Amino acid sequence: MYHIISIRDFEREDLDYLLDRAEVFETGRYPPGLLKDRLVALLFFEPSTRTRMSFAAALARLGGQSINVDSVEASSIVKGETLADTIRVVSGYVDAIVLRHPKEGAARLAAEFSSVPVINAGDGAGQHPSQTLLDLYTIRKSMPLDGIDAGLLGDLRYGRTAHSLALALSLYGVTLHTIAPTGLEMPVNIAVELRERGVEVVEHASVEEAIRELDVLYVTRIQRERFPDTASYYNVASSYRITTQLLEGVRDHLMILHPLPRAGEIDPAVDRTPYARYFEQARNGVPVRMALLHEVMR
Amino acid sequence: MSRKDTAHGLLVSPIRNGTVIDHITAGEALNVLRILGITGSTNECLSIATNVESRRLGKKDIVKIENRELRKEEVDLIALLAPQARINIIREYGVVEKKGVEIPHVIKGVVRCPNPGCITNTNEPVESTFEVLDKGLHCLYCDWLIKDDIANHII
Ligand SMILES: [Zn+2]
Repeated sequence: MYHIISIRDFEREDLDYLLDRAEVFETGRYPPGLLKDRLVALLFFEPSTRTRMSFAAALARLGGQSINVDSVEASSIVKGETLADTIRVVSGYVDAIVLRHPKEGAARLAAEFSSVPVINAGDGAGQHPSQTLLDLYTIRKSMPLDGIDAGLLGDLRYGRTAHSLALALSLYGVTLHTIAPTGLEMPVNIAVELRERGVEVVEHASVEEAIRELDVLYVTRIQRERFPDTASYYNVASSYRITTQLLEGVRDHLMILHPLPRAGEIDPAVDRTPYARYFEQARNGVPVRMALLHEVMR
Repeated sequence: MSRKDTAHGLLVSPIRNGTVIDHITAGEALNVLRILGITGSTNECLSIATNVESRRLGKKDIVKIENRELRKEEVDLIALLAPQARINIIREYGVVEKKGVEIPHVIKGVVRCPNPGCITNTNEPVESTFEVLDKGLHCLYCDWLIKDDIANHII
């Protein structure tokens, strides 16, 4: 049985294979009803409407059906019942479980107790592999992943999407450029791990300094709650804002990605430039999740 | 028993049957006991000597446990805190087996994950599980890395 728990579990060949499969699903050249009669539990213990809808859409396009547990019901399940027990019960009803949970490592635990495949749809500040796959997929649609210059901008300390994307990109011999506000730099152990994996990590003080060298700029949200007061938040946030002026002289094929929702890191005027690819990125969630769902249940 | 040990006879007397853990990094004896699950409420008859002069280590700790022969897995956990430790299994006052310690690849249920958000710190029926890497202990659930101060995280 095959679970999708962490991007760390994947070798480069596995990623390439899943991205190839996503491409097949995006082009629509696949037999209808591949997951007909398959039932999937979307078990969301914290709200994430977007991720849940994206999985539901992916499954519906493959002819499968989902049963939902929303966060309100989930919180009542949680009362007095361990996740392990919930998983043992629910895995008796369905053919696969998509799990979103506030605790890190929840998906790993679920996989141990489940009798059906588990797909991690985000556990706490931990792993969210389908997000990373759709990030990779979006880049790969425009350029080969090998050897690109990828910039990571924003909260690199707590931003799990940036960590897993960096780990995934390490399999493709990229150069990583990190741009983070003071105090929100990438944790030392992750930077060390990336270097051990042979990635060149270049730290930049400002986005201006880095942006003209980049093929991809991955912007993450700077969370207001990480700052002691509103003033210092605005101070930092404004210095990490992508504007159309900033984009002068960048590489023609630069793509700006963001896992969304954004909170002002990208000026809406940027949306009209060819560099803005974050809505396309969100759309790519569906074929990528089709590939994952199909893979675990075929 | 060597003459050297006899010199410390008042502190640590020879035992008839059991285990002697020698060459423990100075100051780690009590943590070694914690790792072995030996507390004030368990029944072992123990002798502990700390900061004993040692030619090899400068200072070392020694633990003697009567009537208990430690299992290999138990012994290997000691390596996390005292990689130089030597284990002597004693029967009828004689050493019947001498072994070093080996760092295990995975340790379960011994160390608590410092990440408050980790699923192993809830009431779920799982044990904490760490992969032992050169750079520290890596939580296999939440990816947290314990770089030092392992003793402080022993359950
Ligand atoms: Zn953990």
